[in-house]
Amino acid sequence: MPELPQAVRGFGVTFTTMFKKVVTEQYPEQKDKYPPKPRFHGRHQLNRWPDGLEKCVGCELCAWACPADAIYVQGADNTDSERFSPGERYGRVYQINYLRCIFCGLCIEACPTRALTMTNEFELADANRADLIYEKQDLLAPLLPGMAPPPHPMVPGTTEQDYYANKITGAVPEQFTVEKSESEGESS
Amino acid sequence: MTITTNDSQVAVPSDTVTVIIDGVAVAVPKGTLVIRAAELLGIEIPRFCDHPLLDPVAACRACLIEVEGMPKPQPACAQTVSDGMVIRTQQSSEMARLAQEGVMEFLLLNHPLDCPVCDKGGECPLQNQAMSVGRPESRFTEDKRTFPKPINVSAQILLDRERCVSCARCTRFAEQIAGDPMLELLERGAQQQVGTAEDQPFDSYFSGNTIQICPVGALTSAAYRFRSRPFDLVSVPTTCEHCASGCSLRTDYRREVVTRRLAWDSPEVNEEWNCDKGRFAFVYQTEGRIEYPLIRENGELRVASWPEAIDVAARGLAEASSHAVLVGGRSTVEDAYAYARFARAALRTDDIDFRARALSDEEHAFLASLVAGSPVSVSYEKLESAPIVLLVSFEPEDESPIVFLRLRKAARAGTRVVSVGAVRSKGSEKVAAEMVWCAPGDEAAALASLPADILAALAHSGAVIMVGERAALSAGALSAVAALADRTGAALAWVPRRAGERGALDAGAIAGLLPGGRPLSDAQARAEVSELWGVDSLPHPGASGDALLARLGTVEAAVVGGVELADYPQDVRAALERVGFIVSLENHHSAVTELASVVLPVAVVTEKAGTFLDWEGRPRPFTRVLRDALTMPDAQVLGMIADAMDRPVGPSDVNVLRAELGTLGPWRGARLEAPRVPVGPRRDGLVLASWRQLLDSGVLQEGEPHLAATARPTVVMVSDATARRLGLTETATLHGPAGIVTLPVEIADVAESVVWVPMNSPGCHIYRDLGARPGDIIRVTAGGAL
Ligand code: SF4
Ligand code: SF4
Ligand code: SF4
Ligand code: SF4
Ligand code: FES
Repeated sequence: MPELPQAVRGFGVTFTTMFKKVVTEQYPEQKDKYPPKPRFHGRHQLNRWPDGLEKCVGCELCAWACPADAIYVQGADNTDSERFSPGERYGRVYQINYLRCIFCGLCIEACPTRALTMTNEFELADANRADLIYEKQDLLAPLLPGMAPPPHPMVPGTTEQDYYANKITGAVPEQFTVEKSESEGESS
Repeated sequence: MTITTNDSQVAVPSDTVTVIIDGVAVAVPKGTLVIRAAELLGIEIPRFCDHPLLDPVAACRACLIEVEGMPKPQPACAQTVSDGMVIRTQQSSEMARLAQEGVMEFLLLNHPLDCPVCDKGGECPLQNQAMSVGRPESRFTEDKRTFPKPINVSAQILLDRERCVSCARCTRFAEQIAGDPMLELLERGAQQQVGTAEDQPFDSYFSGNTIQICPVGALTSAAYRFRSRPFDLVSVPTTCEHCASGCSLRTDYRREVVTRRLAWDSPEVNEEWNCDKGRFAFVYQTEGRIEYPLIRENGELRVASWPEAIDVAARGLAEASSHAVLVGGRSTVEDAYAYARFARAALRTDDIDFRARALSDEEHAFLASLVAGSPVSVSYEKLESAPIVLLVSFEPEDESPIVFLRLRKAARAGTRVVSVGAVRSKGSEKVAAEMVWCAPGDEAAALASLPADILAALAHSGAVIMVGERAALSAGALSAVAALADRTGAALAWVPRRAGERGALDAGAIAGLLPGGRPLSDAQARAEVSELWGVDSLPHPGASGDALLARLGTVEAAVVGGVELADYPQDVRAALERVGFIVSLENHHSAVTELASVVLPVAVVTEKAGTFLDWEGRPRPFTRVLRDALTMPDAQVLGMIADAMDRPVGPSDVNVLRAELGTLGPWRGARLEAPRVPVGPRRDGLVLASWRQLLDSGVLQEGEPHLAATARPTVVMVSDATARRLGLTETATLHGPAGIVTLPVEIADVAESVVWVPMNSPGCHIYRDLGARPGDIIRVTAGGAL
C-alpha cells in the first residue's frame, strides 16, 4: 500500500475520533452529571453529634499529622455555662489553609473522635489568599433537623461516654432553651 | 537528675566497695544504691518510684535486677551495694529482663493508654520504658479499671486516677520534702489510688513539683492541662523572678507565648524543686501589658512614637534641676546598674533607692557595711550542714520558699532551727523550729538576751544567722543581728523577699553606694567609678529611704521603674503627685503610670537577658526566652533617654553592662560602719505582726485563678489566751488609723498580746486598709459578721 501523505494520516485520528464516545465533561454547566467518586478527598468537615454538640475536642492531633502544616487549632475549656462539645475541651479556633492542604487525608486518620472528615466538595478556588483559610464556621457541618445549636449542655443524664457509645439520638427540648451567646462556632 | 553521691566519701578508699554490674567493675561509696551505681556506668535500669531526692520505697518494682546469690530478682532502687556484689541488669540477665517485662505488663493492665490526649505523652517515662523494656503486645483482654475523669486534689492540681502507677513519688514528696502530707495512697489492689482527705485539699506551696515528678500523666495542672504537647514547646532555661531564692526554671513557650514553667535542676540552689508561685505565676507577662509609649497631654495619656516619647522624657528630665530615681526590687542586676549609672552620670543625682517597701536608715547602714558587694558567705549548702540556724524577722516558707525547703532538709538531718519572732507558723513547725518569742519591734531586745544554749550553739563553726527584710521595721534589730554575728562568729545572711533586691544593692542602685558596695564617700571608689563611666565627677551622697521619700515632694522630676506604690507603708503617692515630671518605665498600668508624664513600656523577664543575685549573692544569669518580642529592657530605654539628653552614659547592651560590673568587681577598701541603733523602748498594748504570704495579692500573680485558689485563707491569728482576753471567737476587727479590717479568727501559736494578719492578701492589705505597720500598737475588737 502506498504511503499516504503525513498530513492526511494525521487527520485520520481526528476523523475516527468523531465516531467515538465523548469523554469531555462540561464543567461547570453539567457538573451534577459527573459527581466525584464517593471517596474523593475534598473540603474538610467538622462533624456534630446528633444533638448538635461538636465532636472536635481541640486535641490538635490533626494539626500534628498534617504534612503540609495546613491546620491550626486552639482548644479551650468547656464550662457549665458554655458547652460546645461533650467532655472537657472543645476546639475554639479551627482553621485549615487550603493554599497549603494537599488533600492527603492524614488529618482524618489522626482524628480520635471522628470529628474531622472530608466531603466531596472540590470547588476551592478564590481570588485572594485570605479567603482560602477556612475558619471553624466554614468547616462545621450544618445543623440538621433535631440538632440544637451549641453552646448547650449535654443531654441531661448522659455522660461523655454515652456520646462515644452512640447512645445519643438527638437533642432534647432542654437543649434548645439555652440562651445563646454570640460566639463563634455557629454554623450559618 | 542529681546523683547524690557524697564526693568526700569517694575520696576515702576504705569507704568504697567494688561491685560488678553487667561484667564491669565499679568502685562506689558504701551504702550506694545499685541503681545509682549502674548510672555511673551509664547502664539505665528502668524506674518509676525511684527519685534521687526521695527516700527509696521500692513501690513500683520496675527496676528488678538479678543479684548473684539471691534467688529472686531484687529492686535496684532499694538494694544497697556490698563489696564484691555481682549484679546483672536486663542487659545481661534473662531473669532481670523477664522480671521487668512482667512488671511492665502488670503496670499497663489498668493503664488507659490514652497517650494521644495525655499531657505527659512525649515526655512520659511510662511511654518510654514501656517501649524499651516492655512486651510489644499485651495479653490482657478484659475490661480495664476506670475512674471518673479528673478529680481536684487542689484547685490547681488535677488527678486522673486511672493513669497512676502508684509509685508514691507525689506522696513522698509531699511528706518528705514539702512537709505537707495531705496526699496519701488510699485503698488496696486495683483500686489503689492517690487522694486527699475530703476537707483538706493539697494546698501546698510546692504542689506543682508533684506534677513534674509524676512518672505518668496522672497529675496535671489546671493551668496547663491540654494546653500543648511537649514536642510543641521550645524550652529555655531561665531564672525565676518572683523571689530571692533564685530558682533555676525551664520556661516552655509556644507561638511566642509562655505555656508553662518547670523547676530546673540546680543542685547548688533549688535542687530539682521550686514553688508554685514560680511555676504558675507568669500570666502577667502576657496580659494587660502596656504596648506603646504614652505621653501626657492635657492631663490624658496618649500613644506616642518611641522617638517622640524619648524626646519628651529627655527634655523634661534635662529641664528639671533636681531628680529622684526609684527602682523597684524586681529589676535584673544589669537593669539596676543601668539605673544606678543613669542617676549618677546623666541626672547627676545620688537620690536613688531600690527598696520599694518598709525600710530604714539602719537597714541602709547594715547593707552598706555587711552585705553590699560581699561574696557568697552563707550558701544553701552551708545551711544544710549548719549546726544551728537562727531566723530573725524571717518566715522562710512565705518569704523564700527554697530556703525553707533546704532548712527542712537540714532540720530532718538534725540542724537546730531557732526563730526569733511572734508566730510559730506552719512553716516553723515543719522545720521543727524552737521559738524565741518576741513581739515585732522587740527583736533587738530578744537578741540581746538570747538563752545561753543558743548563744553557745551560735559560736560553733558553721552556725548561721538569717535575717529577713522585715527587720528594717524593728529599730535596733539589724544592729543587734550584726553585733550578735560579730560576737558569736556565726555567718550572717540577709534575705530579701524580691528577686532583684540583692542585685540592685550590689549594682549601686541605692544612695551612698556605688556598684560592688563602694561607698560614694570614698575618694578611691569615686575615682574608679567615674573613670569607668567617663564622667568628671560624681554627685555627693544623696538621700535614700525615708529621707528620699520625704525629699520626693520637693524634686522637680523623677524616674520610676517597676514600683508598686502600695508596697510602701508611707503615702508615696501624695509625694509623687507634687513631682512636676515623672518618667515611668513599666509593663503594666499602675499607680505610678497614673501620675506619670511619660510612660515607657519595658521588657518583662522573658523578653530580655539578665542576672538575678539570689539571697546568697550567687549570680543567676538567664537568657532571653522570646526572641521575637520587640520590647526593650530598662537599660536600653535609659540609654536612649541619656543620649537624647546629650549626656550619654555608655552602651546599654546587657553583655557590656555585665562586663562593666565585672571590671569594677567588689569593693575591697574600707567599708562603712555597721549600724549601732540602740534597743527601742518597750511598748504596752496589742502589737500587730504581719508578713507577706507567698501567694497573696501581689501584682505578678494576677491572671492565675487556680493558683490564687490554693493560697492560704486570710485570717487573724492570735493565741488562745489573747483571744479569750479580747473575747474573740469567730471574727475579729482590727482598728487602724486608716480603717478597719474584719477577718475570721484562727487560734494559733502566737506570742502573748500579738495579733497576726497577712500583709497583702485579699481582704487585708495592712498599709492601705489599716494604715498600720508590723510592730504598731493596734486595737482589736470582737468582729461582727463578715
Ligand atoms: S488533607 Fe493532608 S494536607 Fe490537607 S489538612 Fe489534612 S493532613 Fe493536611
Ligand atoms: S478535628 Fe479531631 S484531631 Fe483535630 S483537633 Fe478536633 S478532635 Fe482533634
Ligand atoms: S499520681 Fe503520679 S506520682 Fe503520684 S503515685 Fe500516681 S503515678 Fe506516682
Ligand atoms: S522559690 Fe522563689 S525563686 Fe523559686 S520558684 Fe518560688 S518564687 Fe521563684
Ligand atoms: S524504681 Fe525500684 S521499685 Fe520503683
